[in-house]
Amino acid sequence: MGDHHHGPAKGLSRWLFTTNHKDIGTMYLWFSFAMFILGGTFAMIIRAELFQPGMQLVEPGFFNQMTTLHGLVMVFGAIMPSFVGLANWLIPMMIGAPDMALPRMNNWSFWILPPGFLMLASTLFMEGGAPAFGWTFYAPLSTTYAAPSVTFFIFSIHVLGVSSIMGSINIIATIMNMRAPGMTYMKMPLFVWTWFITAFLLVAVMPVLAGAVTMMLMDIHFGTSFFSAAGGGDPVLFQHIFWFFGHPEVYIIILPAFGVVSQVIPAFSRKPLFGYASMVYATAAIAILSFVVWAHHMYTVGMPVAGELFFMYATMLIAVPTGVKVFNWVSTMWRGALSFETPMLFSIGFLVLFTIGGFTGLMLSIAPADFQYHDTYFVVAHFHYVMVAGAVFSMTSAVYFWLPKWTGRMYNETMGKVHFWISFVGFNVTFFPQHFVGLAGMPRRVPDYALQFADFNMMSSIGAFVYGASQILFLYNVIATIVAGERVSDEQVWDGAEGLEWTLPTPPPYHTFEVPPQIEASPAHG
Amino acid sequence: MSIKKSLMTAGAALSALPMSVLAQNQVNMSPGVTRVGAEIYDLHMLIMIICIVIGIGVFGVMLYSIVYHRKSKGFEPSQFHESTKVEIAWTVVPFLILIGMAVPATSTLLEVYDNDDAELDILVTGHQWKWRYEYLNAEGENVSFFSNLATPQEEIYNSEAKGEHYLLEVDEPLVIPIDTKVRFLITANDVIHSWWVPEIAVKRDAIPGFINEAWSKVDQEGIYRGQCTELCGSYHGFMPIVVHAVTQDEFQGWMSAKRADKAAQVAASSVDLSLDALMSEGEAVYQTQCLACHGAQGEGGVGKAISGSSIAMGDIGVHLDVGIKGVAGTAMQAFGAQLTDVEMAAVITYQRNAFGNNTGDVVQPSDVALHKQG
Ligand code: HEM
Ligand SMILES: [Cu+2]
Repeated sequence: MGDHHHGPAKGLSRWLFTTNHKDIGTMYLWFSFAMFILGGTFAMIIRAELFQPGMQLVEPGFFNQMTTLHGLVMVFGAIMPSFVGLANWLIPMMIGAPDMALPRMNNWSFWILPPGFLMLASTLFMEGGAPAFGWTFYAPLSTTYAAPSVTFFIFSIHVLGVSSIMGSINIIATIMNMRAPGMTYMKMPLFVWTWFITAFLLVAVMPVLAGAVTMMLMDIHFGTSFFSAAGGGDPVLFQHIFWFFGHPEVYIIILPAFGVVSQVIPAFSRKPLFGYASMVYATAAIAILSFVVWAHHMYTVGMPVAGELFFMYATMLIAVPTGVKVFNWVSTMWRGALSFETPMLFSIGFLVLFTIGGFTGLMLSIAPADFQYHDTYFVVAHFHYVMVAGAVFSMTSAVYFWLPKWTGRMYNETMGKVHFWISFVGFNVTFFPQHFVGLAGMPRRVPDYALQFADFNMMSSIGAFVYGASQILFLYNVIATIVAGERVSDEQVWDGAEGLEWTLPTPPPYHTFEVPPQIEASPAHG
Repeated sequence: MSIKKSLMTAGAALSALPMSVLAQNQVNMSPGVTRVGAEIYDLHMLIMIICIVIGIGVFGVMLYSIVYHRKSKGFEPSQFHESTKVEIAWTVVPFLILIGMAVPATSTLLEVYDNDDAELDILVTGHQWKWRYEYLNAEGENVSFFSNLATPQEEIYNSEAKGEHYLLEVDEPLVIPIDTKVRFLITANDVIHSWWVPEIAVKRDAIPGFINEAWSKVDQEGIYRGQCTELCGSYHGFMPIVVHAVTQDEFQGWMSAKRADKAAQVAASSVDLSLDALMSEGEAVYQTQCLACHGAQGEGGVGKAISGSSIAMGDIGVHLDVGIKGVAGTAMQAFGAQLTDVEMAAVITYQRNAFGNNTGDVVQPSDVALHKQG
């Protein structure tokens, strides 16, 4: 790694050639925020069109391009990279390591992302338009019937997949090899644990996704018929492969979010996490179960009844470890000394809204009832409760929690709280009514709807504009903090926070833990 | 509630829609008009209520903490953690509750899957973007027809007020008898669709190359509306389903009328029609079948322009070929089976004479019949 104790290089080359986990983490975080804004813009177009019945702003075909790109950009561009950014910043600091285990690969796994997304976004300007088959890209709509831009979509999925796989290998290698002496597995902070498990999920399922898109590529260009019934293939096979990736994927998104909340809630409750070991086991249980529940997305494809029953029971079972997590967080708060700084507000917001999303998940797991819920707005409401109020709220909480540590400057607390309340209200006004229209019979992915759904859709759109606008406040607050926030020099920053990162100076120097810290023998996990 | 009210007032001010038609806002699943639908509804309510009760418990504890266990009130944090007893309890109790849910869920599911002993079989085929229904009949000929969105483009594009069943109305509904176990055999012609009518509790994917089964036994006469629920391309939102459930007598009457219609159609295709008659029929067919892709003025869109088209102004045989057989690998589908010979003749004539194409050509039903024979 060259000579020791040097600072960052100057100018653009610092960012292009960096192998420093903090720099790479920062780039991931900014990149994912940019994607969050892009995906959010698509969402605003969707909600503007759905503001009233009738077609007003866009054509149905373009509407489908918007829903597709919104989903893809949010899942692969905003949520996943944001947590990788967090992992880069925090894992070495939490386990007492000087950097990630594979720093050059780390640089590469970030830098292939922007071209990947550029390729995806460029499809908007191609003949026939961008992909318009939904983020789940079911064949044959995404093969025989897709616009020519689908080939670019396939390659961009490959690129994102390679990036994720390299990122996860790096995280696994770091956690297994770089822990400071005395940092046993069962002393690792929960954020590290959840990422450790997530990384294994990623390594297991991203190649499956790559396989699915490669089969599409073959069907489109090389005359195979994996998914074409006319050639002896099977369109349902596509769905099995997609969801074998897709269901673990939703846990890839949520497990690191669990990790964040498990750091924040004890800190602001000034009380250790209620059941550290059971949290670790519950995370592992969720991860293992997530491989055997994929067909709960396919209850209506016409599986044999034995298959339906198996997937129904397995899915219901996931509610048990999920419940264990929720009970644990609540018990951690119980008889703590709570205070409500912005990170805590977002974590409590997560806890309440994620739990609601878990309940609707349990309802959806009931196969016969899912015949009525499937592919309606009820499902849209469910997954936004778990992915936005779950993953995004938790990510927001993380930024407020660690930003003072990273920058040595304090964000504006009042503005943070305002951001929370606008987000919380905006989110619920957007998504709660979607449960109603879904149950009343509104299908998802439609550009127009019957008149009885009009009022709730208008509410949803207004909520979405409010939630969207509140992100500008967030951006402003973060930039203002970095540029001119009040300085903090206390190592601890938050009085209740625990973990090695809080033993480092604030802000931490460019290189940290070049000499491994000594971990005391007592179990002092967060 | 007050937030909702004020939002709605704001909405009303912004909206050009008559608020009177937006009166009812259904917020829950409907039990519908079948026994299975009612069971599903009960299951849904049961699970939802269990979730709400657990939710009240969890959120209640949390709220208590938030209110009373505050640092600002000087509350001293206790440091308790780990309790094997508690942890076993909150693993085992939810597990038992889940078993309680799984029992009724399993029995309802088995019922949903009991496709035996149907008294009437209907083949449902999803097409981009319409449904085709075929009554499979052991004695005598099958009856079949397409069911298209009937909402006019003017309503969709806001130049006319929207009707009561905006987007949920078709030119020809599916008709089924009540108190009869009807089995739906569901498939698709192009991409995956999904056939859903909430009130009769049927949702099943329509997958090319597969035939899925579902059934329903409707208790009450009435009109039940649904939509395609699997994204199937641009006009996914515009392929509704309308089911008329009628008494068995009415059903038999309807069936005989359909058969008579079909015979009449065969007879009609040997009669020549005037240019005017063909043009007015052709315009109607164009608007339901062609307009979505080829544009109101024949200007094109998803499909090519008709106005000035070398096919619509060139050889009649090629034009008929495109209409009847479609163009493989494109959104232009084969209309040969969906349109009667009269309709096909009319729409081809219309395309050759409308939008400034003034070729003066007249295509007769007999020409279509002849072309189809090769
Ligand atoms: C208690 C835990 C959960 C259960 C039992 C559950 C169950 C389900 C079921 C059965 C569906 C399929 C619904 C349908 O399409 O008809 C579904 C959809 C979905 N869930 Fe969950 N879920 C849970 C938690 C989560 C979490 C934590 C996430 C992600 C953070 C998530 C993300 C999604 C997404 C994205 C979809 C929709 C995918 C699509 O069709 O586009 N769920 N869930
Ligand atoms: Cu899933």
